[in-house]
Amino acid sequence: MFPVPIERRPTPLQWIYKVALPIALLLWLLPLIAVFLTSIRSAGDIATGNYWGWPTSINLIANYTAIFENTPLGKYLFNSFRVAIPTVIGAVALSCMTGFALAVYQFRSNLVIFFMFIAGNFVPFQILMVPVRDLTLQLGIYNTATGLAMFHIAFQTGFCTLFMRNFIKALPRELIEAARVEGVSEIRIFWFVVLPLMKPAIAALSVLIFTFIWNDYFWATVLTQGVDSQPITAGLYSLNGQWIAAWHLVSAGSIVAAIPPVAMFFLMQKHFIAGLTLGAVK
Amino acid sequence: MRLFGLSQRTLAPWLFLAPGVFVFLIYVILPIFQSINISFYEWDGLGERTYIGLQNYVELADDEAFYTSLKNNVIWLILYLLAIPAGLFIALFLNQNVWGIRLYKSLFFFPFVISQVVVGLVFSWFYDPTNGLMNILLNVLGFDSIPVLADERYVTYGIIVAGLWPQTAYCMILYLTGLNAVNPEQIEAGRLDNAKGWKMLWYVVLPQLKPATFISIVVTVIGALRSFDLVSIMTKGGPWGSSRVLGYYMYEKAFSEYGFRMGYGAAIAVVLFLIMIVYISYFLYKMYRDEKGY
Repeated sequence: MFPVPIERRPTPLQWIYKVALPIALLLWLLPLIAVFLTSIRSAGDIATGNYWGWPTSINLIANYTAIFENTPLGKYLFNSFRVAIPTVIGAVALSCMTGFALAVYQFRSNLVIFFMFIAGNFVPFQILMVPVRDLTLQLGIYNTATGLAMFHIAFQTGFCTLFMRNFIKALPRELIEAARVEGVSEIRIFWFVVLPLMKPAIAALSVLIFTFIWNDYFWATVLTQGVDSQPITAGLYSLNGQWIAAWHLVSAGSIVAAIPPVAMFFLMQKHFIAGLTLGAVK
Repeated sequence: MRLFGLSQRTLAPWLFLAPGVFVFLIYVILPIFQSINISFYEWDGLGERTYIGLQNYVELADDEAFYTSLKNNVIWLILYLLAIPAGLFIALFLNQNVWGIRLYKSLFFFPFVISQVVVGLVFSWFYDPTNGLMNILLNVLGFDSIPVLADERYVTYGIIVAGLWPQTAYCMILYLTGLNAVNPEQIEAGRLDNAKGWKMLWYVVLPQLKPATFISIVVTVIGALRSFDLVSIMTKGGPWGSSRVLGYYMYEKAFSEYGFRMGYGAAIAVVLFLIMIVYISYFLYKMYRDEKGY
């Protein structure tokens, strides 16, 4: 293990480490803690500039109820789910199939198609922006959650294919060969042999894609406008404009927007990290 | 089972690929070429397109705002790479077995999970010249307040610092996973050879962390070239366009109150794409070598 395990160090150093740990964490998360503390202040505190002193009252419930009652925050949250959930299902389903095809079969254009997915995954969004907006308009799904989800499904299929293909490639090939010898059809091999083994990959990708899409801001501003279809990231930004002096509400909104991906991360931590660090250890 | 004289095994991969490849072509590959095409036109997004050849690029070559954006992209790219050593440093700090360390690791990872919109708002608030925490601390220490986001000299750096926060967390998690896989025998062997501290890190540990470093570089470079969210949230490219990056400038030209110049915007996007192509080619080349190595 590197660095030297702390329990093998002299006792004073161990104590220093144990004290340094929470201090470092506090400093690291300071901006976030500040936002949380602001989000429970009263409007009076904000008006008098009491941002860092002791709050005159703790308005946790009042502020968080206020943002839901006085702003369409709830609607924005709902829109985010309407985009993120279909995207997860769509992109994972498509990439299970593409990943399977690219990992199991040898054909001439295999590597070309695989590289197309990888390369496409890296392109700057701006080069897609004008044509994708045009296409969405032509399909009549501009300014809808469907339109946004459609693009996300297509784009995320690139990354998901890379992930799934490598995952399936690492599975024991004998399983597939044995099934073929038994005369099992290809579709049944996919469904009954390979798919059950892909559960960890599906879980990892699902959490990861959910977080990516939840946090997307660029496409939300390009493909949607207005309360009916905008997800929380774009919504928060437009609310920010209306609330210039209401930092306690902006802060509460930010915290609410951060909760779903954070909760997802904590609940599915193992899968999340497995997805993120794919390829980092080989 | 045969279909049109083709065996099931020749046909199957194409059927599995069809839906995924179809949507990817329509939404990702085709638009790249459409954008390149649009960059040769003058077009407001609604009316007729007028073919103007290389006119957009000629204009770009003389556009001061374009060079400011390009310069900022380079600054982003260089400074963003600091996330890698910073992430390694935190990973080494946290790579211990004390009580509660797992929770610490998760909490350190936090900034990466939250949206850049939230990160941007948090940091705008942190830099706020009258009530922001940074300036309050500066005042306590006896310095004058610095309005970071309103000052042309500091604004890009201020935004990059905000970006480094989640990016460092990302690199940290990559390195933590890498450190888990480091071969303990080699470390012990290094210790017997009297390797310590920096030497051990440089000669024994880092070579084993190569995959983590590679992925960190990949995601950090992409992150730097994709910078858009933070610029849009924190400054809208201001003050006076001094914090624009290519991604944001393109958006501004094509979609914002400054007019709908799709062709000109597309030309900017093509430049950004060409920068990225260099990098994508390198990545694909490396993957190709790995594939052939099997």
